[in-house]
Amino acid sequence: MMTKQDQLDDLPPVAANGLLDRRLFMKSLALGGVGTLAAPVLANPVGEGQLPWLLAPGQGAQSYGSPSNYEQLARRIDPPGLWPEGNTIAGSSSAYTPHQGLTGTYTPSGLHFEINHHGIPDIDPDRHTLVIHGMVDRPLKFTTETLDFYPTVTRSHFMECSGNSWLLWEDEPGDLLLDESHGLLSGSEWSGVSLAALLDEAGVQAEGKWIIAEGADSGTLSRSIPMEKAMDDSFIALYQNGERLRPGQGYPMRLYNPGFEGNTSVKWLRSLRVTDRPAMTKFETANYTDLMPDGKALQFSLKLEVKSVITRPSNATVLPKKNAVYEVTGLAWSGSGRIRKVEVSADGGATWAEAELQGPVLPIMLTRFRLPWRWDGSPAILQSRATDETGRVQPTRTQLLDARGKHGHYHYHAIHSWGVDANGGIAHVYA
Amino acid sequence: MKTEESLMYMRNWILFLTIALTTCVDGADTPELGQPASEADIEQVFWSVFPDGENLPAGSGLAVDGKALFNIYCIACHGIEGAGLTAVALVGGQGSLATDTPLKTIGSYRPYAPTIFKYIRRSMPYIAPMSLSNDDYYAVTAYLLELNGILEPGSVVNAETLPKVRMPNRDGFVNAYPKVPRKYDY
Ligand code: HEC
Repeated sequence: MMTKQDQLDDLPPVAANGLLDRRLFMKSLALGGVGTLAAPVLANPVGEGQLPWLLAPGQGAQSYGSPSNYEQLARRIDPPGLWPEGNTIAGSSSAYTPHQGLTGTYTPSGLHFEINHHGIPDIDPDRHTLVIHGMVDRPLKFTTETLDFYPTVTRSHFMECSGNSWLLWEDEPGDLLLDESHGLLSGSEWSGVSLAALLDEAGVQAEGKWIIAEGADSGTLSRSIPMEKAMDDSFIALYQNGERLRPGQGYPMRLYNPGFEGNTSVKWLRSLRVTDRPAMTKFETANYTDLMPDGKALQFSLKLEVKSVITRPSNATVLPKKNAVYEVTGLAWSGSGRIRKVEVSADGGATWAEAELQGPVLPIMLTRFRLPWRWDGSPAILQSRATDETGRVQPTRTQLLDARGKHGHYHYHAIHSWGVDANGGIAHVYA
Repeated sequence: MKTEESLMYMRNWILFLTIALTTCVDGADTPELGQPASEADIEQVFWSVFPDGENLPAGSGLAVDGKALFNIYCIACHGIEGAGLTAVALVGGQGSLATDTPLKTIGSYRPYAPTIFKYIRRSMPYIAPMSLSNDDYYAVTAYLLELNGILEPGSVVNAETLPKVRMPNRDGFVNAYPKVPRKYDY
């Protein structure tokens, strides 16, 4: 049998000093032998035993980068039938951010959570316009292109669906990874145009107290937004993390209401109707209302509460060693402004210690906290408790349930507990 | 000018300046590129219907016709007589909201009939929204309201009658903006 060296020796030279036939690579390709020739095959190569990627140049740059072939991190997509509404229709879907595998405070755009009640429309931006009408002096329309000429508003904000953590209203904590329990939450830098500037251009009349925002999805998702909010800090987002919005985030434009439940930040925005009253749309009556124990439901519970969760350690891992120091880290956020403080407990809330906040602490943005923790090998309950700049403190689960019962479905924001067992295994617990 | 008058005058000036300044800071310095929107432009994008019936279209329907339409266009997802299947139940649940097994449907939960019509007209059937006529949409709405025992059999449903329909959960909602009422806070 011919060795690789024999094969090399047999090759016909086309000129002196080792130049070989240019068709060689094609031939070798057919034989599957390119590697044989490209890689050193001479006796005693110094690279012997080295890792393969050290021995040959890697692939060229990609026009749009993607994660390592060795990374499987991806959003969790709801299996059909999971929604409490019982829908199993393809378009009506959610994708959850995998916080168990992320660190930092900005979520990669492709991992940002999504809920699409009527699927993701494939919008041609040249055929999309935003119309502002109703109680205004001058009804106006804007193309995507014209909005690019306006001064840019850029803000880092978290977005959270008020349905985030809805499974934790259940009587049993369940075997959920962080994506399922807290994945309807993400953080990004959003850029676009001030809504107040566009409203001023149209001239809002004195009676204009609400704005009905409608999207260009097949269901025309619509929400009523208080004028006070619209004039304060709402904006039309055109970019996320520096690039154009992705279709699942509302391309080419979405409303963005900082600190309000995600559904109000209407995606694929195309109509803003200024009115003197809310429209009581499906998504502010049938959904996104909180049923209380007395049978009444909270409506326009728009502002997101102060909340936090430990993202590492979590039930995605097992602590590998006893009597070791681990970093407890997680995320805290509030729809009312900055996080002022996060406390961590390792004994189920009996004692608390203040964690370090990673700066800069931005208003209405995810804030990362950290605290070292020596695990002695005995069972422990890890918790985090956030306080925001208005002084609101995250409630215990018992406090929340006492006030709101267990059928609220939305706005679950109680202190979360990880139970650590003697083997370093971790699970959601109610404590 | 009397002192009082001139003081008032000055105060107004300060007020004017403050307003002018804050407006500038708020971003009034824009190229103002909005184009006038015509009635047709607005009609194209504005689908919301209000509880009092504003923006309801012309047309009308009866439950008998609605039943036939429902059994063709809706039953596959919402089930026989709207009992729910691969999509939400559209019937039942009245009296369940304060119990341990609340069932939220358009009949038990939604406070206003015109906005139910709006959603059906603009969003259903799920895979082909806006594919029926206004009369058809009034008819399926009539059928669903009758199934829920909210309308008398044979009721005509249109822009005139729909806002007058009294939904069982009409008073079931408590405003939580800007603050959640104390009772439900902790
Ligand atoms: C292909 C399946 C499908 C068909 C067919 C369909 N629907 Fe739906 N329907 C849905 C889904 C899914 C939702 C919920 C969408 C969401 O909010 O995510 C829904 C929601 C609704 C709602 C809102 C319920 C509430 O609680 O407010 C009404 C009303 C409704 N449909 C009526 C109809 C009618 C009437 C028809 C026939 C004309 C119809 N649907 C046909 C899938 C369907």
